[in-house]
Amino acid sequence: MKRKTLIQNIAFGIFRLMALSVVAILVWIIGFLVVKGAGALSWEFITESPTDGMTKGGIFPAIVGTLCLVVGSMVFAFPIGVMSGIYINEYAANNWVVKFIRVMTNNLSSIPSIVFGLFGMALFVNTLGFGDSILAGSLTLGLLVLPIVIRTTEEALKTIPDTYRQGSYALGASKLTTIRKVILPMAMPNITTGLILAVGRVSGETAPILFTCAAYFLPKLPTSIFDQVMALPYHLYVLATSGTDIEAARPVAYGTALVLILIVLIVNLLAGVLRGYFNKKLR
Amino acid sequence: MKKFFETVVEKILMVSGTITSLTIILIIVFLFSQATGLFNSSVVEENHSLVVNSQNRVQTLTPMQIKDIFDQEITSWIEVGGEDEDIIVFRFSDITSYVSEEELGDEFQFIPQVMSKIINENPAIIAFLPDQYLPNPTDGTRVMDCGDITLGDFFGGEEWFPTAQPAPLFGVLPLILGTLWVSLAAILFALPFGLAGAIFLSELASSRVRSLLKPIIELLAGIPSVVYGFFGLVVIVPLLQDWFNLAVGETALAGAIILAIMALPTIITVAEDAIRSVPRTIREASLALGASKFQTIVKVVIPYAVSGIMAAVVLGIGRAIGETMAVLMVTGNAAVIPTTLLEPVRTIPATIAAELGEAPTGGVHYEALFMLGVILFVITLVISITVEIIASKRPKQIM
Repeated sequence: MKRKTLIQNIAFGIFRLMALSVVAILVWIIGFLVVKGAGALSWEFITESPTDGMTKGGIFPAIVGTLCLVVGSMVFAFPIGVMSGIYINEYAANNWVVKFIRVMTNNLSSIPSIVFGLFGMALFVNTLGFGDSILAGSLTLGLLVLPIVIRTTEEALKTIPDTYRQGSYALGASKLTTIRKVILPMAMPNITTGLILAVGRVSGETAPILFTCAAYFLPKLPTSIFDQVMALPYHLYVLATSGTDIEAARPVAYGTALVLILIVLIVNLLAGVLRGYFNKKLR
Repeated sequence: MKKFFETVVEKILMVSGTITSLTIILIIVFLFSQATGLFNSSVVEENHSLVVNSQNRVQTLTPMQIKDIFDQEITSWIEVGGEDEDIIVFRFSDITSYVSEEELGDEFQFIPQVMSKIINENPAIIAFLPDQYLPNPTDGTRVMDCGDITLGDFFGGEEWFPTAQPAPLFGVLPLILGTLWVSLAAILFALPFGLAGAIFLSELASSRVRSLLKPIIELLAGIPSVVYGFFGLVVIVPLLQDWFNLAVGETALAGAIILAIMALPTIITVAEDAIRSVPRTIREASLALGASKFQTIVKVVIPYAVSGIMAAVVLGIGRAIGETMAVLMVTGNAAVIPTTLLEPVRTIPATIAAELGEAPTGGVHYEALFMLGVILFVITLVISITVEIIASKRPKQIM
């Protein structure tokens, strides 16, 4: 064997091994949490409240809280994000406005989540006087995931060939009609991908809700958007680091971590399926 | 009518297009407006003062000196530029060891007189008092003018001790260094794996393997940071404690490992895009000259894609610097300037997350935490601008 080939084989072997270790890390994390957490999962675990100083019982209030935050942030971020994406791709001529919006969207997505937490506390909780509430938390999380929705919308619209637009115009349809009747229905599955990814992100974020809505423990479920809520990621944080008896709370913590992982798995799976469906339809 | 409707819709869409820019402006406005009060706050705790005998030659004290005096690290006035006298530290709660409770009056109305008596009798005293009990300034006492918290105290201070009395210490240096320390270590760990992963995905993997690996990497990116933190806490931390025989496993190293895993998806995805965008003709030219595939990757593809790879690294650093929950849970959060990877550190985001809940709204501590937010914001803004510049740079033409 030539020296050149030998070096190449060794190098490629190393590359393969290192790429494989990335997979191994993921398998390790998920496998570990599944093995440790599976024992805690049960119907009672997801339908009951925590008991015995959070060392027993379920995580139902945290699930409800996270659901509230997901719905709340999506009601806000999804329409605005989609409209924003439509504007960038369909209306704004490709000039400095688009470039500016894109740069700003990029910047927004690179801001650390804890800064969103600070901002949400200063604006929504203190200045606007919402207090620690679902409303404040949802708005903060909504702003956080806005770039995801905008970007996926933009990408979805971009993949639709111009011939569809021209065809619609040729039939006498206006721009708005074209968008509403031709472009949006076609792009919808891919836009929904953005929605789903945003849901995944919202359900896992902790830092932005620390000071805007999350509660350590609440005896009853929220009744209005001005109530505080428990939330899954914050619940896991509390169980893992503070609490009356950290060791005794470990099984519940493993279970909560597993639920969070499952949400992420489902979200990614759904997004993947939708994307595949969309691409097939386009072809 | 229809035309009008279309125009209205367009305007509405335009407004939503501006929302990200608006948000950024609002973030800047609010972070700064909450933080700027910090440099107008006095060094001594709010609504409190330090009082000395008017004969005392020391005019001013730095926050660090105040802390050392009250911790009895500095015991003589000569060390801060005064007479060679032992400092008598007086906290307000000490008052009953000087006088009986009756002398203070039923409603504590005699406290100012009592205080001026105590201070006159003890020339070397330094008293830390609430403002409502200050003695009359003509009575041979003087309120020490320590000034406001300065930029130098904040950015140059080596101690972060926001609950210290009488003067909280807001030295941000250990936090900034801690953040950089953990993040850079994380990138050093992640870079080889990220680069190898990117090369593997773009150059070596068949399209089937690729379509299997891509979702896995997305999954890695989708796992919430609190889950990473939890995993680090129950797996990595005990492991490190065992391996290195440490008293506590919560160290910079644990944080760096978790951050490295979290930064991997960013680095792999961005670097892979950069490597993929290398034109095929350049690759083929290299192969045609007799270079092996490996030589082509090392000598042609990577140099061509280097700006994109740099962008990936910088983005990864940005992710690591801003990460909060995972770091908070595994690094031990000791605010000391780090010297090795095997001791606890505290980062800027972790400090905000850990302390904002206890800091009273609008107080000095609150303002200091928002100032940390400003620092974090500026760092990430600089990073995303850097990425923008690096990524837009055209690769050098290969002749």
